[in-house]
Amino acid sequence: MEDIDAIAVLQDPVRRRLYEYVAAQGREVGRNEAAEAAGVARNLAAFHLDRLAEAGLLETASRRLTGRSGPGAGRPAKVYRRSAVEREVSLPARDYRTAAALLAEAAETAGLDVELRDVARRQGEALRGSTAPCEGLEEVAQVLAGRGYEPYVDEGAEGAEGDGGAVLRMRNCPFHVVAERFPPLVCGMNLALLEGLLGGSPGVRVRLDARPGLCCAVVEPSKTNED
Amino acid sequence: MTGFHLAQFNVATLLHPLDDPRTAPFVELLAPINALADGTPGFVWRLAEEGEPDATGLRPLGADVIVNYSVWESHEALWDFVYRSRHLEVLRRRREWFRRHVDMHLVMWWIPAGHVPTVAEGVERLELLRAQGPSPRAFTFASAYTAEEAAAPAT
Repeated sequence: MEDIDAIAVLQDPVRRRLYEYVAAQGREVGRNEAAEAAGVARNLAAFHLDRLAEAGLLETASRRLTGRSGPGAGRPAKVYRRSAVEREVSLPARDYRTAAALLAEAAETAGLDVELRDVARRQGEALRGSTAPCEGLEEVAQVLAGRGYEPYVDEGAEGAEGDGGAVLRMRNCPFHVVAERFPPLVCGMNLALLEGLLGGSPGVRVRLDARPGLCCAVVEPSKTNED
Repeated sequence: MTGFHLAQFNVATLLHPLDDPRTAPFVELLAPINALADGTPGFVWRLAEEGEPDATGLRPLGADVIVNYSVWESHEALWDFVYRSRHLEVLRRRREWFRRHVDMHLVMWWIPAGHVPTVAEGVERLELLRAQGPSPRAFTFASAYTAEEAAAPAT
């Protein structure tokens, strides 16, 4: 299926709600749960979820959702999660991805990490403009969502670093293709961009905390009088 | 493929000696990041100088060139440690401590599980990569080969 056909599958409003719900969970979602979230009957949800899977927008698997096994556990349920495949349509045709890859390779070869970070930080500051400081993680989440990130509050920040409080993580990397090829360069750029974007908010700070499958950066409440 | 582990050997040219204050932040990260590697799922082995906690004292390729040498169960395990852990922060700050490399500076290859690779072997694989480009016997993250491809008879 071509990108434009796959994207067109999202035109149906119910289907789009289902897709957005599944994508936002960052895990496998069953039919009942998706139906409830979209406010539609289970059969209708199942129909649309399968259309999304046929279009390659979702991936499917079979799981026993109850955690039971053996006789009496029931049939495995069909579960859905967002596909890692990227879809894009540009009209008229553009190819910024190739440009980004070439520029990133040149910057990597020339060792322009610091220069790229400076540009990214200034761009983040320009995007921030004169907007009011973010008061907390929820406000930061809205700002980041507006920039193409998929933020969520991670309540259980674990041990070694941080104080175990809530932090903001992002499910997606907006720069995925180049970040996979040049992680130190592009993750450094991403961090500087976020620092610029959130620089006017003394209540939060952003730092690198890369984890498999997530954006490399994390936003956390900054402790005043630290250091 | 079971029965094979992934070896990686990389070199970095110091801008300043290890005991220079400008290199101190890197030196401070050595112990915690090495401990992180040792505890990472899929970690098998890393080079350390006898009686020392790491390999920074070994300088097989020049007085200002430090080497990093480790073995992992899989490509994914190595990738996740290098780029998806606190180790990424060290790489992000690489220009503060290391000279930019014109040549390839990291090489990977498959070894039989249980084999402990030698420094000479790592140097040889890096030279092979630099001389002939990526192949199943010497490759990079951007040009990775599977253990099956490496084990296949040469054609």
